[in-house]
Amino acid sequence: MKPVMVIGGGVAGIQAALDLADRGLEVHLVEKTPSIGGVMAQLDKTLPTMDCSICILAPKMIECFRHPNITIHTQSQVKEVSGGTGNFDVKVLKEPRSVDESKCTGCGICSQKCPTKVIDGWQEGLTTRKAVYIMFPQAVPLTATIDREHCLYFQKGVCQVCSKVCPAGAIDYEQRPEELNLNVSSIVVATGFQEYDPTELKEYGYGRFKDVLTAMEFERLVCASGPTGGHLNRPSDNKLAHRVAFVQCVGSRTHKKGYPFCSSVCCMYATKEAVLIKEHDPTSEVNVFYMDLKVFGKGFQQFVNRAKSHYGVNYVRGRPGEIRMNPLTNDLTIWYEDTANGDVSSMEADLAVLCTTMIARPENVELAKALGLELDEWDFFKSLNPLTNPVETGMPGVFLCGCSHGPRDIPESVAEASGAAACAAEVARRFM
Amino acid sequence: MSEEPRVGVFVCHCGINIGGYLDVPDVVKYAGTLPGVAYAEANLYTCSSDGLQKIKEAIKKHSLNRVVVASCTPRTHEPLFQGACEEAGLNKYLFEMANIRDQCSWVHMHERDKATQKAKDLVRMAVAKARLLTPEEEPEIDIHPVGMVIGGGVSGLTAALSLADQGFKVHLVERESKLGGYLNKLDRLFPDNTRAEDVVGPLIERVTEAPDITVHLNSAVTDVKGFIGNFDTEVATGDETQPLNVGTIIVATGADYLRPEGLYGYGEVDGVVTQLELEQLIKEGKLGKARTMVMIQCAGARIEERPYCSRVCCSEAMKNAMLLVDEDPKREVYILYRDLQTYGLEYSGLEWDAKRKGVKLVKYDAERPPTVTKGERGPVVNVFSPLLGEELTIEADVVALSVPMVPNPDNKRLSQLLKVPLNQDGFFLEAHVKLRPLDFATDGVYICGTAHSPKEVAESLAQARGAASRAGIPMAKGRLRTAAITSVVDQEKCSGCGTCIELCAYNAITKNEKKLAQVTSAVCKGCGVCGASCPERAITMRHFTNEELEAQGLAALREA
Ligand SMILES: Cc1cc2nc3c(=O)[nH]c(=O)nc-3n(C[C@H](O)[C@H](O)[C@H](O)COP(=O)(O)OP(=O)(O)OC[C@H]3O[C@@H](n4cnc5c(N)ncnc54)[C@H](O)[C@@H]3O)c2cc1C
Ligand SMILES: Cc1cc2nc3c(=O)[nH]c(=O)nc-3n(C[C@H](O)[C@H](O)[C@H](O)COP(=O)(O)OP(=O)(O)OC[C@H]3O[C@@H](n4cnc5c(N)ncnc54)[C@H](O)[C@@H]3O)c2cc1C
Ligand code: SF4
Ligand code: SF4
Repeated sequence: MKPVMVIGGGVAGIQAALDLADRGLEVHLVEKTPSIGGVMAQLDKTLPTMDCSICILAPKMIECFRHPNITIHTQSQVKEVSGGTGNFDVKVLKEPRSVDESKCTGCGICSQKCPTKVIDGWQEGLTTRKAVYIMFPQAVPLTATIDREHCLYFQKGVCQVCSKVCPAGAIDYEQRPEELNLNVSSIVVATGFQEYDPTELKEYGYGRFKDVLTAMEFERLVCASGPTGGHLNRPSDNKLAHRVAFVQCVGSRTHKKGYPFCSSVCCMYATKEAVLIKEHDPTSEVNVFYMDLKVFGKGFQQFVNRAKSHYGVNYVRGRPGEIRMNPLTNDLTIWYEDTANGDVSSMEADLAVLCTTMIARPENVELAKALGLELDEWDFFKSLNPLTNPVETGMPGVFLCGCSHGPRDIPESVAEASGAAACAAEVARRFM
Repeated sequence: MSEEPRVGVFVCHCGINIGGYLDVPDVVKYAGTLPGVAYAEANLYTCSSDGLQKIKEAIKKHSLNRVVVASCTPRTHEPLFQGACEEAGLNKYLFEMANIRDQCSWVHMHERDKATQKAKDLVRMAVAKARLLTPEEEPEIDIHPVGMVIGGGVSGLTAALSLADQGFKVHLVERESKLGGYLNKLDRLFPDNTRAEDVVGPLIERVTEAPDITVHLNSAVTDVKGFIGNFDTEVATGDETQPLNVGTIIVATGADYLRPEGLYGYGEVDGVVTQLELEQLIKEGKLGKARTMVMIQCAGARIEERPYCSRVCCSEAMKNAMLLVDEDPKREVYILYRDLQTYGLEYSGLEWDAKRKGVKLVKYDAERPPTVTKGERGPVVNVFSPLLGEELTIEADVVALSVPMVPNPDNKRLSQLLKVPLNQDGFFLEAHVKLRPLDFATDGVYICGTAHSPKEVAESLAQARGAASRAGIPMAKGRLRTAAITSVVDQEKCSGCGTCIELCAYNAITKNEKKLAQVTSAVCKGCGVCGASCPERAITMRHFTNEELEAQGLAALREA
């Protein structure tokens, strides 16, 4: 039987690939970045069970790597697709890693010796990495990659330290982009989402005030493998954040700047992050500013109940109008209308976390064109029918799962990934 | 094994990850002195292809019959090293690992001597265990390529069709005389007002016509024995029962909804109905003159005795509210809610549309829920709006209660039959909330739809397709390698006390004819709970025998 292609190596893509490979189908897993894992690899804990996120994801990532039926193509993107269901010809472009995957052992010596510091996107910009780097300690494949845009050798023709220190002789500056032509019976799109950038919402001061973070930044800050080792030192002055405010619906549920839809997951991940703070320090003051608390998932209301009664997280109904900063103390003041009484009130905080909308990735536009898929008005992939055919698309043989077609949490992404895998398996059988 | 143990020890530098923080050559030297060790060496990276080659060569050259690798974590690397052993002709269970990275170099980064000493301790323990290791087999079982789906709602229909399209025969067992489930009761479906019959109708047609799907109407599963690949079930239809042998089982038995007797005047005040009853009234066009409608959300949900949110009722209320104002724009429709659960790309628009159409959304506090009393004309609703800071009194023609889905009353019986758990709310409980949402801990049994928890049609369908993928995996393979690490009961020592049977989370232990414990290896996960608790010490865990663990433990305490 022909192989299947899965585009995107987040938790959804990983699950789809494993389901297909386990049943005996060959899978090409195409991931844009140097490692599979997606956003889940960056999260600290996952609600409502508070499992360590990477600890439960890493075994699945390794399973993909070791699976005889799965070929992982990292730093790769789909460029052209022709044919139709049962018989797609796909052109994949693989960027050069500048490191020989078969030789690199992931020891990290190159990174230690590399002189060039670069803002670390995987750590949400809260710290730096080197120009030659391994995305994160549990990366799969555990292989270094050279960021050519910042590497001294590629930019100025000097240095080459990494190649000198690599004990495995894995550095290869001569690698060229590679073009792969793959024939597959069906395609699963699992390209996920990105966080809305709240800079345009001037009233919240994101980008101006260092201690106004997005929720993704907070996930890295609170994580033991994050830039502060999991201590809540706020970025401006390293002071331990004791009073933390969460602002919900940042860029969501609005017809002004942002998006009209509810992002589904943020009420609950805010609750999780609030509980994490309370677990670190039960005396800290944590307030969540919300409009409607979305508790529709299995066990969610119970989780919120526990956050309130056991951990003492405080929920305030109201959308903050403005965040100000005191330049002397760096402390923040959150101005909001308390809908419990209609009064405008304010609250002090050491740190504010903006729970921003999950939005579509800009690459979706090009990918949709290549695949012949429709996008919705916000550039998410469109289901064939949101009521009756959620994982199918207008293109027979191309299926969706995870956040590529809208915000959803991990269990839903995983369940859908299996659903998309079933669709792909049905196609594989039809064109046996 | 009668053969003298000849252990090979491979200590990894892991670049500088280990080698930079403890004295690897010293650990190698020490390993060479341990009883049973025939060979010891250090590798820069034991896991590199070069390192693996060295293990294979050493096994041949030094006639090694046990291998110990002291390096990183077995979680990621054990299968790799086991593979190298197998390639050199050594059974993979003759391999043991010591984690001197996580447990030594990482946690004792600044204590070189102590880290080295601890690495020696761990290697000594691993060698002590390795000397006693025995080869194990992983028996294969056949998977009967026939699936069973219990419940014929949208979820069950979708799961059955997918299994058939994957090439398997399917038995679909439905309690009622008709397929379609809850959607048979509904009229229009949010988010786009499609008729429910237009959703289930085509599914039922395809299922009825599919040559590989056998539909059993008016039927119930009355017995289930066996395990993945080979479940012996009994299905009762009327007075007749027939045995069906299936490889996998998907549970799609849906949910029920709360009968709100006594809540908000239901059953006491005329004009108070459930949202479902309102839907019927809309369908039958019986609301002609009614002008003012009030919907009360979370009626019996998100309260102490029933804490969960039923997920669909907020959207359901929006849908009905809009149908009502579409029918007659002069109508006043209020939705009294706590938190609106219209979410995502699919359902958020309902809230905007409802507001645009003039539906009045009034928030109430859980601590101050609305009241419904009998008025002159019909039900009178009082609700305190924290937003307005005042109490509203609404004289309504109809009050519709958005009651939650509740677990199917049959769940308990089914959960005992299938040996799968329910959660505190009474819905089925999956194997892992995050990463195995459609599996049960019991292999070969899967879950989807509202039997799992309240959810919409789309989510139910995605889960159903997903459950069909999960069930299709073992059936497509046809055979399954079962674990070697299972428990074994010594029938001589067993007293038949049943402690292990109680404790086993996978129902792998039963009583045999002699009333003694007996393990079904295909079901055993090797967790070891039974072995640890057997008062007679009659239970041995393969690969973790008492002797092996004792040797390992004693080696921890005393220098060799
Ligand atoms: C702050 C925050 C906290 C959260 N906490 C939780 C939680 O506690 N519990 C929970 O259940 N959920 C949580 N979520 C939601 C969770 O992150 C998502 O449900 C999940 O990550 C979705 O997985 P995915 O695979 O669909 O997408 P992603 O994780 O985004 O993965 C997509 C992958 O595809 C790759 N990719 C993208 N475009 C392309 C392309 N064109 N070609 C090739 N590859 C591509 C990306 O690089 C990425 O690796 C949280 C979300 C946020 C923002
Ligand atoms: C008032 C209300 C309105 C709704 N409106 C919408 C809407 O507009 N849009 C939307 O997307 N969703 C809506 N939903 C949700 C929708 O009804 C469910 O998502 C859907 O019915 C779930 O399908 P299912 O197959 O999982 O369960 P069900 O439809 O409940 O089907 C379960 C089937 O299993 C059978 N069964 C049960 N026990 C056994 C047994 N032991 N043995 C054999 N058979 C058994 C039952 O007879 C039934 O046929 C609504 C729900 C409610 C309560
Ligand atoms: S999940 Fe909560 S915070 Fe996120 S958009 Fe929806 S209501 Fe707002
Ligand atoms: S969906 Fe809405 S009405 Fe139903 S229980 Fe949840 S919050 Fe209450």
